[in-house]
Amino acid sequence: MEDDQNVKWLVDIQNERLSFFTPAGEVKALNDVSISLKEGEVLGIVGESGSGKSVTAYSLMGLTAYPGKLLGGTLKFNGHEIEKMTEKELRKMRGNEISIIFQDPMTSLNPVYTIGNQIEEVILLHTDKGKKQARERAKELLELVGINEPEKRLKQYPHELSGGMRQRVMIAIALACEPKLLIADEPTTALDVTIQAQILELMMELKEKLGMAIIMITHDLGVVASICEKIAVMYGGKIIEYGTTDEIFYHSRHPYTKGLIRSIPRLDVKEHERLVPIMGSPVDMLNPPMGCPFAPRCDDCMKICIRQMPPITRLSHTHTTQCWLNQKEEQKGGMANG
Amino acid sequence: MLNYVIKRIGLAIITIWAVATITFFLMNMVPGGPFLSEKAISPQAQAALEAKYGLDKPLSQQYITYMSDAIKGDFGDSLKQRGRTVASIIKTKFPVSARIGGISVLVSLSLGIPLGCIAAIQRGKFLDRFISVLATCGIAVPSFVICTVLMYFLGVKLRLLPTMGLLSWKHYIMPVISLSFYPTAYIMRLMRSSMLDVLGQDYMRTAKAKGLSQTVSLFKHALRNAILPVITYVGPMLAYTLAGSFVVEKIFTIPGLGGEFIGSITGRDYTVIMGTTIFLATLLIIMNVNVDIIYKLVDHRIKLK
Repeated sequence: MEDDQNVKWLVDIQNERLSFFTPAGEVKALNDVSISLKEGEVLGIVGESGSGKSVTAYSLMGLTAYPGKLLGGTLKFNGHEIEKMTEKELRKMRGNEISIIFQDPMTSLNPVYTIGNQIEEVILLHTDKGKKQARERAKELLELVGINEPEKRLKQYPHELSGGMRQRVMIAIALACEPKLLIADEPTTALDVTIQAQILELMMELKEKLGMAIIMITHDLGVVASICEKIAVMYGGKIIEYGTTDEIFYHSRHPYTKGLIRSIPRLDVKEHERLVPIMGSPVDMLNPPMGCPFAPRCDDCMKICIRQMPPITRLSHTHTTQCWLNQKEEQKGGMANG
Repeated sequence: MLNYVIKRIGLAIITIWAVATITFFLMNMVPGGPFLSEKAISPQAQAALEAKYGLDKPLSQQYITYMSDAIKGDFGDSLKQRGRTVASIIKTKFPVSARIGGISVLVSLSLGIPLGCIAAIQRGKFLDRFISVLATCGIAVPSFVICTVLMYFLGVKLRLLPTMGLLSWKHYIMPVISLSFYPTAYIMRLMRSSMLDVLGQDYMRTAKAKGLSQTVSLFKHALRNAILPVITYVGPMLAYTLAGSFVVEKIFTIPGLGGEFIGSITGRDYTVIMGTTIFLATLLIIMNVNVDIIYKLVDHRIKLK
């Protein structure tokens, strides 16, 4: 976003286009998505189910599931071009330089192996540590993620641990090789609220300690508000608004972002005031509309919105949005200035 | 674990007793008897024979006599094969059947498991379709058809393999193929469907995200989870296959236990019917206990109670 040429990006995705070729037809999951992230930064990707949040992050690890196919754009991680890497190079990077935490800790661990085995596996794979050192490291990691009696836990099986503990184990696995980037794919969705807060706190604490960058994928605006520096709001395979947390929360310019923020429960409103939902249902990605994907649900929809996709409007150094409303305003502003 | 074993042994004894009792009375309800034949025997001779084997006594008394002898390990003499005890028949015939059966089970496992896995990985592609057709054939075609087809082509037309007896390793080939055809096909299908299920699990995605190669994630993470249904099937299958197949043994003239099951029933050889039935029941129970224990070793979530 920042057009400073000297910035060294850890993650630099430009104009990514990705489709799933299903028997029912082509599903355009990502349409011109650009995201960039510096070392140690925390980026939140927000959007509803099917908006392309996870697909964006997975493609960065070369984990696009069949029948998905990258159609265009460049994906750079730490200077390497992901789309040009071989499977072997990708494997070396996964779990080592980029790690991921999945949504459901109950099913993300293999039920037939011990916790110890599953943590050590990734250490043995990516480092030249021996068995004994790997066990030591696994113990250290469990301590790091706040699991008591690590010695005992290493010998236990996933079903013997609670959901929160399993997510901690998943984090331990992800951090085993001190990755530069941690992708957290809705890491707290499957957990109850008190555990959610603990896990988020833990992630932030570890980020401070280890200095990695984090991409936080979520549909919970509360989560991103508390931990992210930058936020990308996705809708229908596009980033419709992108900016710093302050810009998104206090100066949101896209009707969808505004709607999302309006639909968050607040403590300071009167008792009888209702939450404002965003009407309508998510866009059908098999038959995406010609214009803005949000147009059918937008309160401020204009004729042009249905016919044509708005270009990206740059609102500030860090803030961009894709909406005709802003385009018009900018043009007006431009005319007044000129 | 110890508790479990003791409990299972207790249950096994009750099961075997129930099987023995039901078989005893069912077999006596069936018309006919061991000493009826086309040649008319004089009533005196018939009575003398029945008296010799205690068949003239009331059924309840026969039952008590048989059971008390059986507990002592005495399963009596064959009524038809003069001078042979039931124990000696099982002792000489079981090893023959068990050898062919054992080899067949090994063959079906070592073919069925990999082929099922391959089919799952190549889902929807040519190899998967090919294996599926093969599996359907294996399940649909009865063993006597396979036996005769093999015999006709390999034995009679091409004269590659001997068609009867069990003298050299060559004699084993056709019976083993015929015996392992169905279980191979069945294991293949089981393996394919459970592998497909496992491949879609979240922990397989985790394995990939860790940077593991496909081979490692398959062998380490998928196989151990996917193999459970196969273990369930193989337990009882092993018992039946080891005990011998009547059809295959008859066609290839193999002196195994499978022939005894059918032979004893058609000949109303009461003691042999009882002996072989109790033997098969015991074998089945042992296999099932083994399956439970292996299950526990493979997947620690399973609790043995």
